[in-house]
Amino acid sequence: MNRQDPQYDRNGVAALAFHVAFLVFILAPLVVVCLVAFTPDNFLSIPTQHFSLRWFSSLMSDEDFQSALRTSLWLGVTSASVSTVLAVPTAMGLARYRFPGRDAINSFLLSPLMIPPVVLGIAFLRLFTLLDMGGSFVSLVACHALLIFPYALRLIMSALVGQADEAERAARSLGAGRWTTFRRITLPAILPGVAGGWVLAFINSFDELTATIFVTSPTTITLPVRIYMNMSETVDPSVAAISTLLIGLTLAVMLVLDRIYGLNKVLVGNH
Amino acid sequence: MNATTSTPSGVGAVPDMNATAALSPEIASQRRAAWTLVMPATIYFLVLLAVPLALTFVLSLHGFDPNLGGILPTVSLQHYVDILTDSYFYEIFLRTLLLSVGVTMLCVLVGVPEAYFLFRMRDPWRSLCLVLVLGPLLISVVVRTLGWSILLGREGLVNTVLAKLGLIDHPLQMLFTMGAVTVALVHVLVPLMVLSVWTSLTRLDPAVAHAARSLGAGRATVMWRVVLPQITPGILSGSLIVFALTASAFATPALIGGRRLKVVATTAYDEFLGTLNWPLGAAIAIVLLIVNVAIISGYNRALEKRFTRRLG
Repeated sequence: MNRQDPQYDRNGVAALAFHVAFLVFILAPLVVVCLVAFTPDNFLSIPTQHFSLRWFSSLMSDEDFQSALRTSLWLGVTSASVSTVLAVPTAMGLARYRFPGRDAINSFLLSPLMIPPVVLGIAFLRLFTLLDMGGSFVSLVACHALLIFPYALRLIMSALVGQADEAERAARSLGAGRWTTFRRITLPAILPGVAGGWVLAFINSFDELTATIFVTSPTTITLPVRIYMNMSETVDPSVAAISTLLIGLTLAVMLVLDRIYGLNKVLVGNH
Repeated sequence: MNATTSTPSGVGAVPDMNATAALSPEIASQRRAAWTLVMPATIYFLVLLAVPLALTFVLSLHGFDPNLGGILPTVSLQHYVDILTDSYFYEIFLRTLLLSVGVTMLCVLVGVPEAYFLFRMRDPWRSLCLVLVLGPLLISVVVRTLGWSILLGREGLVNTVLAKLGLIDHPLQMLFTMGAVTVALVHVLVPLMVLSVWTSLTRLDPAVAHAARSLGAGRATVMWRVVLPQITPGILSGSLIVFALTASAFATPALIGGRRLKVVATTAYDEFLGTLNWPLGAAIAIVLLIVNVAIISGYNRALEKRFTRRLG
């Protein structure tokens, strides 16, 4: 046997077969949803002979769906912005300084990743019921900004850590104030990280179901909650059409992220 | 930054680095700056996370009687006693535990080889496949679960294919079974296992495997004695993530498992929004939170000990 075999770290046939089976497993449910969305029938079926856009056009006149889409988009934009505005100074404080209590604050601010979303939903519901503002859009933004904060924080932190602070120190020693240094030196350098954090926060807000279910009211139903409710009540292909739109939207966002940062970096950084 | 250099002359002739009183103005001002920066988010988290969780705990101590107008002002640990002794809850917690163990094991069995095979691919296939495997993480769990309920339904694709192949006479009941919930959850969570193993594979030095090969080790030996030990931290942290997320999963068990196959998260939901027994629902949530945090921190501590001992 040739010990210098350059092929030894190539995948064998069995490995490739496993890989193909794995991809089929991962993609099948998503592909099936997209296919069912084009059914001409009144029930969830995979179209074989005829395709129809009737379930997409029914969404045009579906007021419930449109208000849910509007709520989700606005909620995502607002909460991602609130969360990013909070996360930038926090990341600066955590990445640039060593101080007592730093580790405790870091874990406290990342804790929404560890707490089951059901528990967070119940806790939010309790708070907002006592404050008598349950179900309002403001309360939804407040919850989502907290839930998605860790995603924004981590991406901005890694941008800051990857960025040497020599330019900042030079600016400071040349007499620039803290604010000027931040605005003219630090922010431009970490802007891609901040934008990436915003997008990741937006996606997580847009997809969130479990905690949101506890805090929504009939006037502030989000898209995932709408799909969940439709699925547990009726089986109507319009759910598949909505889901197909969501898959398409996610694909679009993924392409944009890929162009700007390289999707691998965003996804691998996100865990 | 030396504490003595910036101390005004004469003040504190023997500077004590540990005492706060002797902090140089520079360090003190640095700390002030750091605290000012992290303060807004910390206050936000205190108000919207610490306070609500404390309120939930207080709520879980109250009694409940639908005939007396709902939540009673009494304070007791009765709901916790109920949860820990009632066989109804015992079964739900046991089911959730078994589900979490099963999903975690399957994710290891499927996700680890997949990460390894992906890692050995060449670009552009490598990047493309990585995106295909990890991309679904960005799609809502509800959408991915809808896919499984279409595939596994009585008239669904899996039954149709099995019937066409002549393997079954009449459609199998797959929805509302533990098997279906397990498969759907593996689908939702296995990308996280791949991601975790992938991260540790990228830190792996290929020269070590090459060296082992050139010293005469076979493929299996290299895999078992060289690669596996190095990616074990990735497998373990991936397992922890998958376990914790299965234990608190809501949408997939609710939609695929249905009303009969309750897990902890769906039970808490039903108590809150179904039977409106808020104190009991709050108690279930608190138990779930404590068990989850205990498992995560216990696991992390055990790992740290193990790996620092080996390194040290």
